[in-house]
This record gives sequence, structure tokens and C-alpha cells, in this order.
Amino acid sequence: MKKIFAIVLALVAFAAFAVTGMAEGVMTYADYAAAEMDTEVVIETYVQAHQSWWDNKVTVYTQDQDGAYFLYELACSEEDAAKLVPGTKIKVTGYKGQWAGEVEVMDGTFEFVEGGDTFIAEALDVTELLGTEELINHQNKFVSFKGLTLEGVEYKNGEPGDDIYLTVSYNGQSYSFCVEVYLTGPDTDVYKAVAELQAGDVVNVEGFLYWYEGVNTHVTSIAKAE
Amino acid sequence: MIRSIIKRICLILCLLAMAVLLGGCHGSKGLVAFELPKEFDESRTHEITFWAKNDTNMTQVGIYEKAIEDFEALYPNIKVNLRLYTDYGRIYNDVITNISTNTTPNVCITYPDHIATYMTGTNSVVQLDVLMADQAYGLGGSKVKFDSPTQAEIIPKFLGECMIDGRCYALPYMRSTEACYVNKTYVEALGYELPETLTWDFVWEVADAAAKKDEEGLYLLNGQKVMIPFIYKSTDNMMIQMLRQRGAGYSDADGNILIFNDTTRELLNTVAQHTAAGAFSTFKISSYPANFLNAGQCVFAIDSTAGATWMGCDAPLIDISEDLLAEFETVVMPIPQFDPEHPAMISQGPSVCLFNKEDPQEVLASWLFTQYLLTNDVQIAYASTEGYVPVTAKAQESDAYQDYLSREGEDNDLHYEVKIKASRLLLEHTEDTFVTPVFNGSASLRDAAGQMIEEVTKGVRRKKNVDDAFIDSLYQNVASLYRLDQSSGRSSSTVDSGALGPLPATAVLLLCGLAGTWVLMALYMACGWVKKKKKHSGK
Repeated sequence: MKKIFAIVLALVAFAAFAVTGMAEGVMTYADYAAAEMDTEVVIETYVQAHQSWWDNKVTVYTQDQDGAYFLYELACSEEDAAKLVPGTKIKVTGYKGQWAGEVEVMDGTFEFVEGGDTFIAEALDVTELLGTEELINHQNKFVSFKGLTLEGVEYKNGEPGDDIYLTVSYNGQSYSFCVEVYLTGPDTDVYKAVAELQAGDVVNVEGFLYWYEGVNTHVTSIAKAE
Repeated sequence: MIRSIIKRICLILCLLAMAVLLGGCHGSKGLVAFELPKEFDESRTHEITFWAKNDTNMTQVGIYEKAIEDFEALYPNIKVNLRLYTDYGRIYNDVITNISTNTTPNVCITYPDHIATYMTGTNSVVQLDVLMADQAYGLGGSKVKFDSPTQAEIIPKFLGECMIDGRCYALPYMRSTEACYVNKTYVEALGYELPETLTWDFVWEVADAAAKKDEEGLYLLNGQKVMIPFIYKSTDNMMIQMLRQRGAGYSDADGNILIFNDTTRELLNTVAQHTAAGAFSTFKISSYPANFLNAGQCVFAIDSTAGATWMGCDAPLIDISEDLLAEFETVVMPIPQFDPEHPAMISQGPSVCLFNKEDPQEVLASWLFTQYLLTNDVQIAYASTEGYVPVTAKAQESDAYQDYLSREGEDNDLHYEVKIKASRLLLEHTEDTFVTPVFNGSASLRDAAGQMIEEVTKGVRRKKNVDDAFIDSLYQNVASLYRLDQSSGRSSSTVDSGALGPLPATAVLLLCGLAGTWVLMALYMACGWVKKKKKHSGK
């Protein structure tokens, strides 16, 4: 009887793995979202982008079919950071935390999922969610906004080289977005594109739905709306 | 014949190894110590770079730019290129990277802890004693084209902070300390009255009281879901100041690490206890203290006086949306004390160091610019951007600065009350300030001090059992992570490989050369021994 029970259990576990593609003990996005702050989380997710590696740490934007994660200062060698290309599947263990409204995985470590599939998210248009309480449900996802009015561009140090703060508006309400220099530095297209824009321009924006005391998208592309 | 060829090859390899060795020696020689030229050569153009730090404050950027413009007008043959940072850590990292390639800036905003590491490069940092004392180009010198302060006019306590092993390696630029920004409205709502001097016991007691919730999980004090009664921005300062106030060990002037002691353990246990009560968190874990204070989600926020423009509901700089701002009275107080009769608080703020160059004229040009940063106009303008104080008595006592202070609260911009009160706090407590010993590795020790508070706070939040075993393990991990367990008693002239990163290529080459030479010598001796043995056996 015991043997049969063990075999059934093993089969169930195998079936679950086969269906979800997830290793045992790995949370689904729903599990992660429901987890309390400061609890340990284990996720499998796909790299979408990462900030520059520094001091054996790297901050990574990841997403799967169900939701997105911001992995703050993940322990990582410089060699491994170079392998974190978009689409790569990784298994992350860390703690769920919240910093200035941004829900993130802190103090995380990771391993590459050998033979894992790949996933690159399409930008989700959340323009109409701006100003609504629903927007935060898409936190950290790769998103797009159409037809925003650029109200102002401010370089962190008054000149190119550091972050760029963008003030955009939609339906009469203003929002702060950011060209995060460690994600998209001065040599990137988005950084250069901002320099060509002027207040009053109507723009389409793509980026990661980061949060800092409210929505603060980390912009990865920006262009005048046609 | 074959033996002869082997012998020649050995000889050639030996010579090659020696050549590599000598080459390596040449490469690692570093710079010749700076010697002050008799005259500043104004016939030549000198281009210098200045790496500066601002507090994400555009007014400060404007002051740097104006200082450069005014200085260049006085010295048209000196061109100053400004590079701006908002983070001391990044400056430190970039300087270290550039020392090995001799591409350091000429003038650099820095902390003495960092200079101790920069000094591991031979003559890389200019020693300022001779420059300061020079009759012509020194502080207040006869050939300086502006009203430079004399050495006696620099606040001795601040200048003393720039001394390493009895020699001066920097000039103070601005000074600040930490302040406790208190929501007085909340303290009184809880039935307490602010004492003349905050004590740790008082802060913890009020913070615990502020952490109480109703049945629905809302905080009784603010009716919100969020409340961090006591939040600390720089936990390294928190630990350092508590240890100092308790008279407990941290480090000594010889670089001995003394932090892993029973008082530290006791302090960590206290932090754990109040974190468990929901009374305490840190910037690294939660966010900027100012944001919680201004949203009515905090009672005691400890941050630099140089962050005063962000503190309070009328602050000129605010990072949260207007609808989240709470109305309350902000009081600026010195950080909590264990012994109110003998207050102790950290002295911090940027200093300026000079990097050595092959051309002494270039260094002299850098020195002149550094002095210019201490003139009254620059000092008063920059100090007024935040709760800094000027580092010279000349500026502090000037009519312009006294007028600025006297206009406290006139407006919520230049004369913002909280900011000027923060500056006054330091002016009144300058003699109560202290700095920690500087040695190569002191920057790592500082990080470790803060990390222990962060780890204990996170440990409690993560439901870990923060007990003696946890702290024992923490001591071990932190000592190892920050390489505090590798050696003790390190002077500023020793090399902290952890801080400097991997060995430069020339050093690796040099070591390989040395090893190669030993191998070849051994090979040569072995050949001789075999030859001798064969001769003997042939007898």
C-alpha cells in the first residue's frame, strides 16, 4: 500500500512539473504575488533586461507569462552577468521586499535553468490604466504608453551622463518617468532620443513599469507619436 | 654540444626574465613626489579635471559651475573640467580604477577613508603640508589672486579630519552631521514631551508606542497602513555613533578592528527588539526617511543635516505627491545620546584632495583651484544649499553668512527653517563631533558596521531567530565579507587588495617574472648538479 501511495505521489509531482514546467518548490507568479513581505521566495523567470553589473551585483528585470519581477542587486559574477541575455530562464531565491512602493526580490541568488525555454515579453499597452488603481497590478512588466505629452526633461546633473527624469502627462495628469542610466546609458538610442525631444511633443513610450512613490517607468524607448 | 645549447638557452631565458623583472619594476615605480615650483607658469595653459559630488541638487551644480567660471576669469590659463557625481561610492570606485593607469582627476571631492586607499598608489595623492604653508601660493599666500583663507582660518577640527599619519592630504570643503528630524505633533499626540536632548531610551519608547495598531491593522497614530516610527538613513553612522557614545571599541588609529565586541552585540539586540515591535527600519530596507516623515508615516527620521531641504511638510524638495503630504511640526534635534551631558555625533561632509601628476605646474594649478573652493563666496553659497556649514571661520563669521542664518524661516526656499536649524545644530555642536580613525580598510569597516544593523533588522523582519548564535554568525560573515579577519593593525601604507580589486597586469607580470627567475635558477643549478654528477661517475 505504501509503495503504491509513493508511486502515485511521484506521478502527481511529475505531472505537475510536466504541466507547469517548474521545478519542485518553485512559486508561480500568483504564489509570489500572494506571499507576504519579507518571506523567502523561489521563482523561475525570464530575463528581459538588466542594469550594469557592479560590485558582484546586478539588478535584473524579469518576466514570465503571468507577471514580472524586479530583482534588486542579485548576487552575480561579472561573467554570469554577461550571460543574462533577454529570454534566459533563471531560478531565483531571495526575499520579497518593498522599497518606496516597488515590490522586488532582495538579497537574491540565482542559477541558470539548464535546458530551459526562453521567453521575451511583448510590451503590454497600459496607457488607459494610467491614473487607475489597476496599473500597479502590472508592476515591473514590459509596457507601452501611447500618446503621452512630454512636459519636461531634466538631467539629474543638469547635463547628459546621469539619469534623465521625464515628466509626461495623459488626460491632464502628470507622471514621472526615468531613463535609468544603469539600464540605458548615454550611448543607447533611448538616451540619445530624449535629447531630440521638446516639451509639448506627443510621444509613445516603452519601458519597465517600475515604481518609486508612484509609477516611475524605466523608459527603454521613446519616439514622437505619428 | 646539446648541453652547451641548453646552457645558452637557460642563460638567454634568465636574461629575458631579468628584463621583464626590471620592466615590471619600472612600471610599478609610480610618480615622483610632488615638489612645489618656485613660480606658477602663467605662460602655459593648464587643463585640470575636478570630480565633484552633489546631493542631486541643481543649485549645488550651479555653484560649482560659477566657482569654475570665476576662477578661470582670475586665471585665464587654467581650464577646469567638471565631472559630476551624486554618489561618493562611485567616485571612490572610479578613482581606484584610474590610479593604476595614472588617469586620476586633478582635484577630487572625497572622504578621508577613501584617501587612505588612494594612498596605496605611490605618491598618487599630493601631501598638502608644504603647499598650505608656502608664503607665495599657500593658504592666504601673497601670490594667490583671490582672498584665500589662511590655515588658521580653517576650523581646526575640520582640518584635523584630513590628517593621515600626521600629514595633511585634503582640505575640508563642507561639513555636516546627522540630525534627528522629529514629528513633534506625533510625539505630543502620544502623550510625550520632547526632552532638551534626545536619548536612545526616549526614542525607542516613543517609537514602540507609535507602532501600535488597531483591530483592522491600521496604526493608531496616523490611521494609515504604513508607519515606521523610527527610520535611519545611514546605519553605518548609527552603529559608529552608538559605539562612540558608549565608549566601546570600533577601531584604533593603527587600524585594529575592535567592533566585534559585547557592546555591539547589546546594541544589535536592542535594534532587533524594536524592529520586532515594528518600531524601526532603515533606508536600505524601506526608502528615504524624508518620504515617510513627510507622509506622516514616521516620528523620528535620522538623516544628514545635508538632507534638511527634504525634511518637513514645507520642504523645498519633496519626493512624494502633494496629496500624501501630512501637516505636522518638524523639530530638528541632535541624534539620540546615551549620555546627554557628553553628546557625541559624527562629523561628515566632503573634503577635497589633489592627485599628483608628472607636471608640477599642473598640480600647482589644481592647488590654486582647491584653495578657491574655500573662499567665502563658494563656501557660503554651497553651505546655504543644504544644512552644511562652511569650513572656515572666515566664512562662518562673515556678515553674509550671519545674515543668512538670521533670516531663518523667512521663506521655504533659501531660508527654509529646518535647513538653517540643521546648520545651526552643527555650528553649536562642532566640538561634540568626531570622526573615526582613517586607515587602509577603514572604508570597509564602516560598511561592515552598517551591514550588521541591516542584517539584524532584515533577520527580524524575515522571522529569523536573532539570538547570540545569529550574531556570532553575523560577526563571522561580516568579517569575512569585508575582509576584516585577514589582518589587523594595517597602516595606511599597506595594500588592501579587497579594496583595490585584482592586481594590475604589471604586478602580475612582475610576480610571474619573479617566479620564472626562480624556476630558471633552479633549472640551472639542477643542470650543474647533473653535469657534476656525470663527471664524478665518469672518474
